[in-house]
Amino acid sequence: MDNLLSLITFLPLIGAFVLLVFLRGEDAAAQGNAKLLALFTTSATFLLSLFVIIGFEPGDTGFQFVEEMPWLGGLTYKMGVDGISVLFVMLTTFLMPIVIGASWHVESRVKEYMIAFLVLETLMLGVFCALDLVLFYIFFEAGLIPMFLIIGIWGGKERIYAAFKFFLYTFLGSVLMLVAMIAMWMAAGTTDIPTLLTHQFSSDPLTVLGITIVGGVQTLMFLAFFASFAVKMPMWPVHTWLPDAHVQAPTAGSVVLAAILLKMGGYGFLRFSIPMFPVGSMVMQDFVFLLSVIAIIYTSLVALVQEDMKKLIAYSSVAHMGFVTMGIFALNQQGMDGAIFQMISHGFISGALFMIVGVIYDRMHTREIAAYGGLVIRMPVFALIFMLFTMGNVGLPGTSGFVGEFLTLAGAFQTNSWVAFGAAFGVILSAAYALWLYRRVVFGDLIKGGLKTIEDMDRREKLLFAPLVAMTLLLGVYPSLVLDVIGPSVTALVDQTETALAARATALAQN
Amino acid sequence: MLIENLAVVAPELALAVAAMALLMWGAFSPRDPSGSVLWVATGVLVLAGLWVGFQPEGAQTAFDGSFVSDGFARFAKVLILFGGAATLALSRDYLARHDILKFEYPVLILLATVGMLVMVSARDLIVLYMGLELQSLALYVIAAFRRDSARSTEAGLKYIVLGALSSGLLLYGASLTYGYSGTTAFAGIAAAVGGAPLSLGLIFGLVFLSAGMAFKVSAAPFHMWTPDVYEGSPTPVTAFFATAPKVAAAAMFARILFDAFGGAVTDWQQILAFLSVASMFLGAVAAIGQRNIKRLMAYSSIGHMGFALMGLAAGTEQGAQSLLIYLAIYVTMNVGVFAFILNMEKDGKTVTDIGALGLYSQVHPARAACLAVLMFSLAGVPPLVGFFGKFYVLVAAINAGLVWLAVAGVIASVIGAFYYLRIVYLMYFGEAVEGLDGTMPALHWGFLGASATAMVVGIVNLFGVETIAAVAASTLFP
Repeated sequence: MDNLLSLITFLPLIGAFVLLVFLRGEDAAAQGNAKLLALFTTSATFLLSLFVIIGFEPGDTGFQFVEEMPWLGGLTYKMGVDGISVLFVMLTTFLMPIVIGASWHVESRVKEYMIAFLVLETLMLGVFCALDLVLFYIFFEAGLIPMFLIIGIWGGKERIYAAFKFFLYTFLGSVLMLVAMIAMWMAAGTTDIPTLLTHQFSSDPLTVLGITIVGGVQTLMFLAFFASFAVKMPMWPVHTWLPDAHVQAPTAGSVVLAAILLKMGGYGFLRFSIPMFPVGSMVMQDFVFLLSVIAIIYTSLVALVQEDMKKLIAYSSVAHMGFVTMGIFALNQQGMDGAIFQMISHGFISGALFMIVGVIYDRMHTREIAAYGGLVIRMPVFALIFMLFTMGNVGLPGTSGFVGEFLTLAGAFQTNSWVAFGAAFGVILSAAYALWLYRRVVFGDLIKGGLKTIEDMDRREKLLFAPLVAMTLLLGVYPSLVLDVIGPSVTALVDQTETALAARATALAQN
Repeated sequence: MLIENLAVVAPELALAVAAMALLMWGAFSPRDPSGSVLWVATGVLVLAGLWVGFQPEGAQTAFDGSFVSDGFARFAKVLILFGGAATLALSRDYLARHDILKFEYPVLILLATVGMLVMVSARDLIVLYMGLELQSLALYVIAAFRRDSARSTEAGLKYIVLGALSSGLLLYGASLTYGYSGTTAFAGIAAAVGGAPLSLGLIFGLVFLSAGMAFKVSAAPFHMWTPDVYEGSPTPVTAFFATAPKVAAAAMFARILFDAFGGAVTDWQQILAFLSVASMFLGAVAAIGQRNIKRLMAYSSIGHMGFALMGLAAGTEQGAQSLLIYLAIYVTMNVGVFAFILNMEKDGKTVTDIGALGLYSQVHPARAACLAVLMFSLAGVPPLVGFFGKFYVLVAAINAGLVWLAVAGVIASVIGAFYYLRIVYLMYFGEAVEGLDGTMPALHWGFLGASATAMVVGIVNLFGVETIAAVAASTLFP
């Protein structure tokens, strides 16, 4: 299986192509076939990806399953995974069948819908597997097209505004990254990511337009990449596209957005910013900390006052991503371990929360919190599952949410205790908004009109949540499952960063 | 001697003779042969394209070095000939529907093409001017081809007035250059230039020449004629304007700068960088308010020319290569888009308002999908081929140290993405309107589909254009 990663990456695309070319008709049978084919393709992708995780050697900190082929103009088609990326690949393949299952009630343009999601899966997997700068960029950017269409076609009332905002925000962030990538190519003479990881970019101070830039080229490149990843992440203050996109996207779109697409930003920091520009990262560390803490506290407060459930969860995602950036830029083992863990765990929890909103939205066609109350009486199973993921969101020990938050806080505390102090408020605030949301939706009297006849979750819905529940609890009680895989790669990354920083410190001392 | 010289210009001669013959046929034939003339003209262009394309490698010069057929010229010529043939073939249906299918049209296109071929091969200011005027005069006439339409006449008039002005600027620059270098041959000018810095007279010559060229490629701030001419001309003429003449003008620009002023890159780099930045931003910003698709494509072409000039501004072999790749991709995309625009009709009337595309994806899913691919590609979104055009240009610019230009370019491309996206938005999630009812002939459908497919499939290896362009660009740097 030399081409395992390519096979996994492009299998959904093949499925999309089959749908596009061979599936005809608009009737119910054709729609059913489209759904089944999409489910089949994503499940097959997941099963194939199991070979990756089984064959993966956690002790080896290099890239594994590497494939390489020459491509256009000095670029290469190179794929591979290491401890940092392999779990994101697994997260994607694991969630996609669930996403397809959550879209079972879509009725308009089913075929196009499924094609968009299958193409999106290929592009997301490509991002995590690409080992060539430009190849990465292409996968990273191309995801905008299906997402633009998904929000725009199947979204809610304000979908057009949201689709444009999503596209232009993220596009602007990324094109600056493209310029930096080309500059890296010119400086290092290669677009090969493993080679670039060991390349030392110049960090001599630089004067641009009369301003002296500490860290020189590294800082500039860091900022260009930061523009892209911060928007994708999203970090305060460039997060405003996220609530709009989430509210307007269909349930499955929200799940993909929150659970997988947001992780590309964090992955980007770990794959590019930290190892390739350690000095730049060091220079900007306090700045990132500041943004992270603001994100955690401010967006938690904003989440408190939301009246739309999806918006609330979207703002809570921004807050949780604040923990991730804080952990990454702590630049130590706990921080980065925690950040990756938090991203994986957030993938399950936020995905599940958006699906929970989807469950009641499918029944009542409103996401307004005020329209609900007392659901526990009619929907006990729903209430139970909702509670579990609310606790996960809060970070209750025993759920996967706790491990990530704890590790990132521990990491940040070692680097800058004030940052950890500030971020800890986020934990309290998250309990406030999440529990209050739960209280208003699930408890209270069942007095609102249409709710009296609301049905509990059916078998399909329970089946969809089962794997998410299992993963959240499993990772909560046995986090080593994840930490053992990422540990060695993160250690290597931390060592490398420290060496680079130490080398710079020596160089500075000598001058 | 003469025979050897003529052998070098044989494709141009053959085209010119074909144009004369078709003119005679049209003028003296008892029945109206316009349709046949058009198809024969298309065939002649394709054959000429194949002929030029399969010429042996290496440079042949004729007439004391004033005309050259080298790799660079051949690449541009093939592009011009195929672009011209495609737009000519596409125009048949539209012209017939609007009752302006006249035999003069293909003849004028052929003559304009001959002019373009001379432009890209010229290595002497006089030959260059001759080619340029042959092209321009033919284009002035076809811009005003729809004689009973005030718009079309206005377009022709505007074009001729501004075109004459630009030719005047160019001639003034040429005369200054001649005055300060003592020769009109590029080789001689290059010798007189030596290296940067230029003498004051040559700088003036260079600036005026550049201004004239900028008019021809419709680079800001010399772009004013473009939107009006694009809008007023009959759509097939617009399609032609957007493809072949742009390639010819850009290639001619490149040849003057590299062949004649190659020693003074630092002097003209600033001019080109400014033209590039101004065009990219103007093309991006001015199109936002446009609802007329022809004007929109005009601004789009201004923006794209800005990107193409960025490759030129790099002033390196890589820059020339990226320019050629960009032009090839640009022409392919435009042929596809215009194949669609030519059929935007309702009740037999041409529709140019983009609002008519509302929810077009539900009426014709396949056509809408193709157009959407082309729009994303024009916007330069990866993984479509349009991205690679921009990518090569950016690489060349950054490699030449023009990082600020690259940054400006990518920002402009984000702004520009808005109006390309708006077309996708209208087609996929706009208001449903009974906008278009025109049927699409198989030929147009074929061009649209092929162009969109090329944008997707091309990412595998760009159909080898990259290598060919590299070879072509290397001939400018002996």
